[in-house]
Amino acid sequence: MAKLLQRYNDRERMNHWFIALMFVLAGLSGLAFFHPAFFFLTNLFGGGPWTRILHPFLGLLMVISFGALFVRLRAENRITDADREWKKHMGDMLKGDKASMPPVGKYNYGQKMVFWLMTLSLLVLVITGFMFWRPWFAPYFPIPVMRAAVLLHSVAAVVLILTTIVHVYAAIWVKGTVRAMTRGTVSEDWAKVNHRLWYDEAVKRRS
Amino acid sequence: MASLQSQDVVARSATTTATPQARSAVPQVAKLIDESKCIGCKACQVACMNWNDLRDDVGNNVGVYDNPADLTANSWTVMKFYEVEPKQGNLEWLIRKDGCMHCEDPGCLKACPSPGAIVKRANGIVDFMSENCIGCGYCVKGCPFDVPRISAKDNKAYKCTLCSDRVAVGLEPACVKTCPTGAIGFGTKDDMVAYGEKRVGELKERGFQNAGLYNPQGVGGTHVMYVMKHADQPELEGLPKDPTISPMVSVWKGIAKPLAVAGMIGAVVAGFFHYMKVGPVEEKNDEKENA
Amino acid sequence: MTNSWTDIKNTDLVLVMGGNAAEAHPCGFKWVVEAQQQRKAKLIVVDPRFTRSAAVADVYAPIRVGTDIAFLSGVINHLLSTGKVHLDYVKMNTDATFLTKPDFKFDNGFFSGYNVDKRSYDKSTWGYQVGEDGFVKVDDSLQDPLCVFQQMKKHYARYTPELVSQITGTPKDQFVKICEMLAATSARDKVMTICYALGWTQHSVGSQNIRTMAMIQLLLGNMGRPGGGINALRGHANVQGITDMCAYSEVMSGYLSAPTDADVDRETFLKVRTGKPLRPNQMAFTQNFPKWHTSLMKAYYGNAATKENDFAYDWFPKRDGAYDILAIFERMHQGKVNGFVVQGFNPLAAVPNKKKLSAALAKLKYLVIMDPLETETSEFWKNYGALNDVDASKIQTEVFRFPTACFAEDSGTFTNSSRVISWKEKAVDPPGEAKTDVEIMARLFQKLRGMYAKDGGTLPEPVAALTWPYINANLPQNSELLREISGKALADLMPPPPAPKLDAKGKPIPVPTPAPGAAPPAPLVKAGEQVPGFAVLRDDGTTACGNWIYAGCWSQAGNLTARRDNSDPTGLGVFPNWGFSWPANRRILYNRASADKDGKPWDPSRKYLAWNGSSWAGGADIPDMRPDAAPEQGVGAFIMNPEGVARLHAIGMNEGPFPEHYEPFETPVGVNLMCPNNPKAVSNPAARVYKGDMEAFGKAAEFPYAATTYRLTEHFHYWTKHARSNAITQPQAFVEIGEELAREKGIKMGDRVKVRSNRGEVVAACVVTKRMKALDVNGKKVHHVGIPIHWGFKGVAQNGYVANALTPYVGDANSQTPEFKAFLVNIEKA
Repeated sequence: MAKLLQRYNDRERMNHWFIALMFVLAGLSGLAFFHPAFFFLTNLFGGGPWTRILHPFLGLLMVISFGALFVRLRAENRITDADREWKKHMGDMLKGDKASMPPVGKYNYGQKMVFWLMTLSLLVLVITGFMFWRPWFAPYFPIPVMRAAVLLHSVAAVVLILTTIVHVYAAIWVKGTVRAMTRGTVSEDWAKVNHRLWYDEAVKRRS
Repeated sequence: MASLQSQDVVARSATTTATPQARSAVPQVAKLIDESKCIGCKACQVACMNWNDLRDDVGNNVGVYDNPADLTANSWTVMKFYEVEPKQGNLEWLIRKDGCMHCEDPGCLKACPSPGAIVKRANGIVDFMSENCIGCGYCVKGCPFDVPRISAKDNKAYKCTLCSDRVAVGLEPACVKTCPTGAIGFGTKDDMVAYGEKRVGELKERGFQNAGLYNPQGVGGTHVMYVMKHADQPELEGLPKDPTISPMVSVWKGIAKPLAVAGMIGAVVAGFFHYMKVGPVEEKNDEKENA
Repeated sequence: MTNSWTDIKNTDLVLVMGGNAAEAHPCGFKWVVEAQQQRKAKLIVVDPRFTRSAAVADVYAPIRVGTDIAFLSGVINHLLSTGKVHLDYVKMNTDATFLTKPDFKFDNGFFSGYNVDKRSYDKSTWGYQVGEDGFVKVDDSLQDPLCVFQQMKKHYARYTPELVSQITGTPKDQFVKICEMLAATSARDKVMTICYALGWTQHSVGSQNIRTMAMIQLLLGNMGRPGGGINALRGHANVQGITDMCAYSEVMSGYLSAPTDADVDRETFLKVRTGKPLRPNQMAFTQNFPKWHTSLMKAYYGNAATKENDFAYDWFPKRDGAYDILAIFERMHQGKVNGFVVQGFNPLAAVPNKKKLSAALAKLKYLVIMDPLETETSEFWKNYGALNDVDASKIQTEVFRFPTACFAEDSGTFTNSSRVISWKEKAVDPPGEAKTDVEIMARLFQKLRGMYAKDGGTLPEPVAALTWPYINANLPQNSELLREISGKALADLMPPPPAPKLDAKGKPIPVPTPAPGAAPPAPLVKAGEQVPGFAVLRDDGTTACGNWIYAGCWSQAGNLTARRDNSDPTGLGVFPNWGFSWPANRRILYNRASADKDGKPWDPSRKYLAWNGSSWAGGADIPDMRPDAAPEQGVGAFIMNPEGVARLHAIGMNEGPFPEHYEPFETPVGVNLMCPNNPKAVSNPAARVYKGDMEAFGKAAEFPYAATTYRLTEHFHYWTKHARSNAITQPQAFVEIGEELAREKGIKMGDRVKVRSNRGEVVAACVVTKRMKALDVNGKKVHHVGIPIHWGFKGVAQNGYVANALTPYVGDANSQTPEFKAFLVNIEKA
């Protein structure tokens, strides 16, 4: 059995999975309004009106819980020079040429981008969402503003979903990643390969 | 009134497949409001209330003759009064019966996410099917004329139905029947356009050089039209000069939908093929980890 | 209306003044709109406010409230000085050629004969010179300075456009433009109509407002013609029926002048009321007064009215003074009235000076209210805070409230402004314990009659002998009543004997006695049959008719008021088989005047009536003329006048035979520019003002703004504030002021404002509008304050102050209609 390193504590993991759950629910309920092909999803929430009622609350819960995670992780997600270096080799990574990648810390540039894209899109989602949240907030905004809001909301949602697809794929693609969030630990080998600098630090800290 | 079996529904909100189209001989209808004959008596408002069993709240006077002051979920038509001076010192009191324009290309229907909550009938009437309405308010954003109102009581959107229930059985809308001066006409769209143009000619003779028929092409024409004394300045009476469905709404409900869906599905598919081609990143078999 | 609603479509020009037809008569206004579209008719609106009528008008001009006579007199001056007069018509149909008495004068605001102390005129110097033949002297050349035409010219020359503009505030150019438009209808083939309403009647000079316009219509040759006339747009759906049936004290049914103390017996009574021609060949139709009156008494008293008892003349009350509503409340205020029965009326809201009314009602012993609604009057004793600030513990009046059926809860008739009587069926049963007015009155009558029978009493006959021929004495059917009103023969009515034939020497040939066994002449109307019209009424007690002008509305042919045939064979909007238009189903009064001297229509394109060589029959309408009166006989079209023509000089009026401008009793300018040096002639010198009311008039120093009250299209008087739909469309009391005044006072749209007069105050929302502009009146800026009347402290609309808390207690000098339309107020932010 390989040696394990703690990557996320319980709170972080619970927080993450709560966000994930809210993302799924808010996403499915939101998609139901976005395209007729997805309207059937309203059945999951008790029909159209209930979906309309629940969606903003689900979204808001997602944003709030993301906020908690954001506070915790934002320092670790600052873009550094190392990230900029890593970014140059991103193409190689996608081609499977892992060897040419420069070493990174706890998060690589791609992961950080996921973090910031999610932050940004959630921010847009929550702000624009309030603007046409019926029946409480919509009446305070003029119709042209709401039109822009609803368009931006959709764009942000798509960005969020695409980012999440990348996020999930990366987790599946890089074997050994998922357990970081399911168990909180990763193998030292995984850390060595994928986050060398973080690994070094972790080892240093341990000794 | 979900279904009027004498009427095909030619367009249906949030529906991507064809709607019934068999009854091809249904004439297009239109209501023509001749503002030059309107005396603002509000009989149409009361007729609308009575036919549709609507009773709005007894409100307050806010300093104008307009009461209720605006359209509401319980007031589907209201008279709007505008004191204007199109020529300096030449006061006119323009009175407009406000309500749904029944666009040929209805922005509300385009914006609506709920299948069948908004329909367009073969005769051109745009109707809200309240039981399908989910209360999202997208129709409000879709409408170029600020017409739909959402009830605080049930969170459903409401507006003028052009008395689709009456029209379906060969009656004119209640407001038309009631109008004491004949300012509101109803008939086939062709007839109403022809009559409207005749009235425009008569008004020009009377000295209103800019008289015109308000049947804006930006929304494909409307099934409620106005004969205006100053058609060059519909803004004088609170109407957009050249209304269209907002580009925001068009992008959102047009190109954004397929693009986004394609993008999302594309992303998943791309991931799948990437995995199949490149394979997973695995630490155990990777000997070049320090490269 | 002399014409009808549907006739308006025949006009070339519509003048809306002293009214707001689009607002108050939206349904009838469709015919104005029709004329605008189909005949390219123009619409002129003259009003202190830019109204809903003005919104669809071609020309609008503002005018200061209460100055209509000045405006119209200026029009008369324009017509006379420019010669824009339909002279052939005027000579034929008016008294323009008649010579006035030489002592008739007008000087500095007074006509001859004024008594300052009595505030009234001795009219002996007014009127025409009558020759020895009993006929009025005339000058067909119109040159005699004493002829009415020259007198008029002299009188109205004083109304120059400049002076008119100074008085009315109407800009001179707009005034002149309107004069010219009106003058254009003096052409033979042009006709103007005038639509007015309470905006003319509700002034201390109300009757003269209308007379001035009537004179204009006569000068232009527009009376009696399709598309013309003087058209009073009546308010209530059936107010025409009320006046026709005499729901007021001066007249009996059919405008038969009611007896007064001076009419000591039937002979005296009839003598002064029975007309006799003042010019040769005139019909002087009031010659028939005894027939109408006798038939009416037979309708009241049936068999109890006999020749021997003067057809019960002595049983009918003789008026000892004024009984108009102001007089009644004045007497009540003096504590001289014990009980008051109020039927379908809400005087606390509808009569001026609420404070005085409230005090008057509190002096009653009992008050009976018959109404479908809980009226303000019925709760005058109850405290509603500032809206009705009374102390109930101090009011001892006992109030009885009888709920009555609404119009839709009973059958019966409406008579509209066109004088068309329309039968309607009951739509629903009255709610709860509500009963029809007829049933309540009938039961009350039965009870009273029973009490007289049981207990006796002084002079029981007027009640005891009243005929009560109804199947159910407690519930007379409306069909029974209408048949009674229309009239029936009580005996076979035989045709009058033919005029005796003359032999060559001019001696009558004796009529041979009919051979024995020959068929007797057939009666015109058999005993018991309904009469076909007033022509067959008799003064010998063989006919009964409840209202001679309604005679024939329910004939042997049935209920003609129920007819609903909307065909219009001539296309002139006559609709002869729709309901029944009194008199005689005639749709345009004086319609003989639609044709010229030779009996040819003035305008061939509007051929209404023509002499066909032997008769006037066969035209679009029932001729208002003896059908066989050949044009060369010169029988005048105005058959009700003994002179046969219309009066430009009318001695019946209390303040002068020619209308003259007088300021409202509360005037913002304080001076009558027509006689600036006569402080006694500022306002109508013949109007009755009670003690205490004169003192309650406000002065411009304290109350600088000219106010007027009016109605809104969304509401009907004080009723519809009880109806939800109406309340929604106009929920709350408001007043209207112009932007300039609002700026001066710091008032913004929708602010609460307090409006005060010298009699009371109201608080309401404020509509600030471009539609009311300050007027330049003799160099002084005059602002108007508009006050819609519809609110009170009962109903489903927002409660509000009663507007008539503000209005002055003075009426027109002839009709006593209160001056609701012109008074003074001040306004401030509440």
